[in-house]
Amino acid sequence: MKSKFLVVVALTMLFICACGTAFAQLGGDPYIHDPSTVIQSDGKYYVFGTGGGGLISDDGYTWHSGAVRPGGGVAPDVIKIGDRYYVAYAVGGGGMSGGHASNVKVMWTKTLNPKSPDFEFHDVGVVASSDGVEDCDAIDPAFLYAKGHLWLSYGTYFGFIRIVELDPKSGKRVLGNKPVNVAIDMEATDLLYREGWYYLLGTHGTCCDGPNSTYNIRVGRSKNPLGPYVDNMGIPLLKGGGKLVVAASGRHYGTGHFGLLDLDDGVQKFSMHYEADMDRSARSVLDIRPLLWKDGWPVGGDNFEEGVYEIQSERSGGALELAVDFVRIDTGRRGGFGAPMPSQTHQNLPVQNGQNPAPPAGGFWGSPAGPVTPLPNQTLDQDSAVWPQGSIGVDLNDYMVRPHQIWKIAPVPDAGGYPGSPYFKITIAGTDRALAASVDGEVVTAPSFTGAPEQLWRIDELTDGTYRIMPKHMPGSDDQVALTAIGASSLALIRFDHNSDKARWNFRRP
Amino acid sequence: MHTFCKSLTLGISILIVLSVAVLSFAQSAPPTPAGLPGDGRLPASVPGSVTSKNDVPRSLAPYFTPAIGAPKPTDPDGFIQRWMLLEPIVKQNRSNTPFVGTYVRKAFTAEYFPDQFTVVPRDGDKVTVNNQELKWHALDSAAFDVKLFRFAYGLNKPTYGVIFWAVAVVDSPHEMKNVRMAVGSNSASMWWLNGNEAANLFDDRRMVMDDVVSNRLTLQKGKNTIRGAVINGPGLSDFCIRFIDEDGNPIKDLTVAVQK
Repeated sequence: MKSKFLVVVALTMLFICACGTAFAQLGGDPYIHDPSTVIQSDGKYYVFGTGGGGLISDDGYTWHSGAVRPGGGVAPDVIKIGDRYYVAYAVGGGGMSGGHASNVKVMWTKTLNPKSPDFEFHDVGVVASSDGVEDCDAIDPAFLYAKGHLWLSYGTYFGFIRIVELDPKSGKRVLGNKPVNVAIDMEATDLLYREGWYYLLGTHGTCCDGPNSTYNIRVGRSKNPLGPYVDNMGIPLLKGGGKLVVAASGRHYGTGHFGLLDLDDGVQKFSMHYEADMDRSARSVLDIRPLLWKDGWPVGGDNFEEGVYEIQSERSGGALELAVDFVRIDTGRRGGFGAPMPSQTHQNLPVQNGQNPAPPAGGFWGSPAGPVTPLPNQTLDQDSAVWPQGSIGVDLNDYMVRPHQIWKIAPVPDAGGYPGSPYFKITIAGTDRALAASVDGEVVTAPSFTGAPEQLWRIDELTDGTYRIMPKHMPGSDDQVALTAIGASSLALIRFDHNSDKARWNFRRP
Repeated sequence: MHTFCKSLTLGISILIVLSVAVLSFAQSAPPTPAGLPGDGRLPASVPGSVTSKNDVPRSLAPYFTPAIGAPKPTDPDGFIQRWMLLEPIVKQNRSNTPFVGTYVRKAFTAEYFPDQFTVVPRDGDKVTVNNQELKWHALDSAAFDVKLFRFAYGLNKPTYGVIFWAVAVVDSPHEMKNVRMAVGSNSASMWWLNGNEAANLFDDRRMVMDDVVSNRLTLQKGKNTIRGAVINGPGLSDFCIRFIDEDGNPIKDLTVAVQK
């Protein structure tokens, strides 16, 4: 009897745990270790990992195996220069098989699509190496192509991180180029260039230990690609410095192997792996998240979290709302110090506990003459009593915590997505009324959510922490458009202008 | 037939015995080490030294030079570069994950050699630890940090699964109150100033300058003894130490003489 009871308890717990599983950030099978930069080729997204092979995605959200990378080895990187995709990877080293002797190899192909007739890797050869004794272990290569130069960083915790220069036309090491030591205490480096600064990112902490991996990504910067790189406290990366970019959070442990995914238009994301996704048996998985920039430093953003929000325009501060009549909250008082007007009674006050509350004395100012009690916000029933049926337009207005201004945003399963995220539906909280793109670039709300492409929304966090909101599809057009405050109170769907606040949005808790 | 059955039975029995032996070995073998870079596999020669096909004659150069001559000041950033270093004590650890505070304290408070918390060694002094004769070396580090891995490697001593002891006698021109000892180490370590615990670096760590900074301390006028122990499994054992004032500025007017 007892054993049956325990089985029932165990099964119940399993069911509860399964139901409580957090919404996974990437769909499909994003299982990979030491991912390369995510890159596009022939309309698809590719990422490669340790051991060979890699993942492919049609939309950057749902991933599956199928990428082809010969050569084996560890921690590859990939970059497109001209008509070539260069891939670098390391063979040997990393403490594996007893030593730190290692070679970084480069190869190229014209396409990453294994089904294309142009898919064929051509070996460039060894571009960096370590002999097993020197203060370096040549693994974890990473490319940066900036200002006409192709740089390659490499190295791990054994000794220094080094940078060499390659010829962007051939992928070979520049003749006579010597490696330069730029950091210690890290591996899985990556290089960025932005607004005159070179950034060296690297992974600190321990890898390969599941949910006990302390892996975290840090950064230093320099005006010179060969350093010296320092962090925000001026501590040299050659002395262990590094400002945190991203670490463990929620159900994800061990962030490592940063890769930049620059989508243009002011939208930057980054890829990495988690050593352990606790919702996926603590397996190592890929993730893609927004990249923010604060005071000249990259900061790892979070993927958009479903919830109930005010959607606020960065342009005017106005709140996105249904264009409906404003319904007053009648407290039975008028403003100022005056006594209640005879025509105003407490019958308009919201019912509390089944009884009409007593009318409060006095106006809204001055010391209260009677008991002070909380009053409820306007309810959905009170607000929606005046809403028309069918499609309702939207506009921007002063935020008043009214139901017609409060939106529920939730991911839509099995509707695809975009790099790092599924599509969302945006509905008036408590209803099925859904924000939708209509013809001619207008924005409306439909009475109910149907899952049609014009009702699916892409929400990208921009580098300054505001958001861009785009429909998956605008009827009658293939243009990529974004929700834009074309006036202080007016909205439209037009081409995204990342240089203006009019297409930037904030999501605030109601 | 009877002979065949006997042979078959014997063969099967041997097979069973061998299988059990293999399974028993697998179960008693230590678990795959974790928390390492790369794929988590250890170098084949733990505890031992880094192996390479190109193994060349070893020396402490260019990382260390013998400490001789005049007292050595700190480097321009205040790091103390002159140390007495004891050849590594073997303390097998296949990974660095055990280095929580409790473990490290226990590891360092065990007595390895007489007077290990009070001795001020001289160059060439010897101790015996677990039947191994170990020597103290008076050395100047070429860099801001003291690369213990290179110290061990250069002397052909074990580099992984080890404990290092270090001592420096720092001369202060005057009493300095409210200073702090700023330490970085790979991996865990403990540090004492004039016999009192000053800074502890627990858990697996890489060496970061000013990683752990002590409570306020007083450097007495004249001699001050810094004593430290560093433990590591597989990794580049290393440490760096300096003193900083209340504003975080390095203290540079300290010197370390050769102990005679």
